[in-house]
Amino acid sequence: MTDAWVYILVIAGVTFLVRAFPFVLVRRPIKNPTLRAFLAYVPYATLAAMAFPDMLLATGSLWSGLLGFVAAVAIAWTGGGLFQVAAVASGVVLAMELVL
Amino acid sequence: MGRRQAFFQGARDALPVSLGYFSVSFTLGLAARQAGMSVLEATVMSLITNTSAGQFAGIASFGAGSSLLLTALTQAFVNLRYILMSLSLTQRFSAREPMGRKLLAAFDVTDELFALAMQQDKPLSPFYYYGMMAATIPCWALGTLLGAVLGSLLPQAVIHAVSVALYAMFIAVVVPPARHDRKILKLVALSMGLSGLMRALPLTAGIAPGLRVILIALPLSYLFARGFPLAEEAPYD
Repeated sequence: MTDAWVYILVIAGVTFLVRAFPFVLVRRPIKNPTLRAFLAYVPYATLAAMAFPDMLLATGSLWSGLLGFVAAVAIAWTGGGLFQVAAVASGVVLAMELVL
Repeated sequence: MGRRQAFFQGARDALPVSLGYFSVSFTLGLAARQAGMSVLEATVMSLITNTSAGQFAGIASFGAGSSLLLTALTQAFVNLRYILMSLSLTQRFSAREPMGRKLLAAFDVTDELFALAMQQDKPLSPFYYYGMMAATIPCWALGTLLGAVLGSLLPQAVIHAVSVALYAMFIAVVVPPARHDRKILKLVALSMGLSGLMRALPLTAGIAPGLRVILIALPLSYLFARGFPLAEEAPYD
């Protein structure tokens, strides 16, 4: 079996290359309006797809995850900041799992 | 904002992320040990790679004795979404920033730091980014170390509660703009809906989360860019 260190270097190396590639490729402000709009929309599409449904599956039961999700959306909708939203969602999940 | 100030602001803003990282990397350390890595190997891996899905995939490859080529390919695929994030970030930093500074930030393009960086006004200071890195990377490595050493001592309920915090942060980033902008609301709802659908359908359920995100975000963002071009100087650009 190959040494674990070789695997670790491959994991770290490939991850860095993927992350660094766009910085080397794109060095100036993008002028193309469609591409600019695309890049403005990307964060919302990616973050939304990452949060759901994975947040529901990250806990012991679908219900605690779902309630945490609903709580997070509600707090964010009513103007809660990052920390508040995260704290309330965690609290809800912890409470649910201790009760269930 | 001065460099020092930007650095400490970034570190402060990233503190909640550090706590979340601590628990996720704890399970990472546990998995690494089970796959046969030593405590030192697991910790160094987390110090030079900060990516949960990627590292889990890498650990699995190592444990299964996959070839290095397959390991590299899997790694690239699982991490492909970072290309979208890095591409977006190239437009956040000032074009005048030296390449070295941008590449240092590129080292730590994670879902969470990307989310935080999007909250900042343009141009984004690299030093703000370094502050976030300084706050989170040690926690990521320390969590891995403790996970590798202590194993499963933390109660499951606590691990679940903290891992949910990271997802909640994504929600905290997308919901407020969605509330004020119909287009973003539609985009967020569609993105979540498709993601849920792909995860539920038997044919697509097995697709790795990182790849699923790309398959959704790429076409959806493009369609929205075509359908709803930005007004000049769009507020959320």
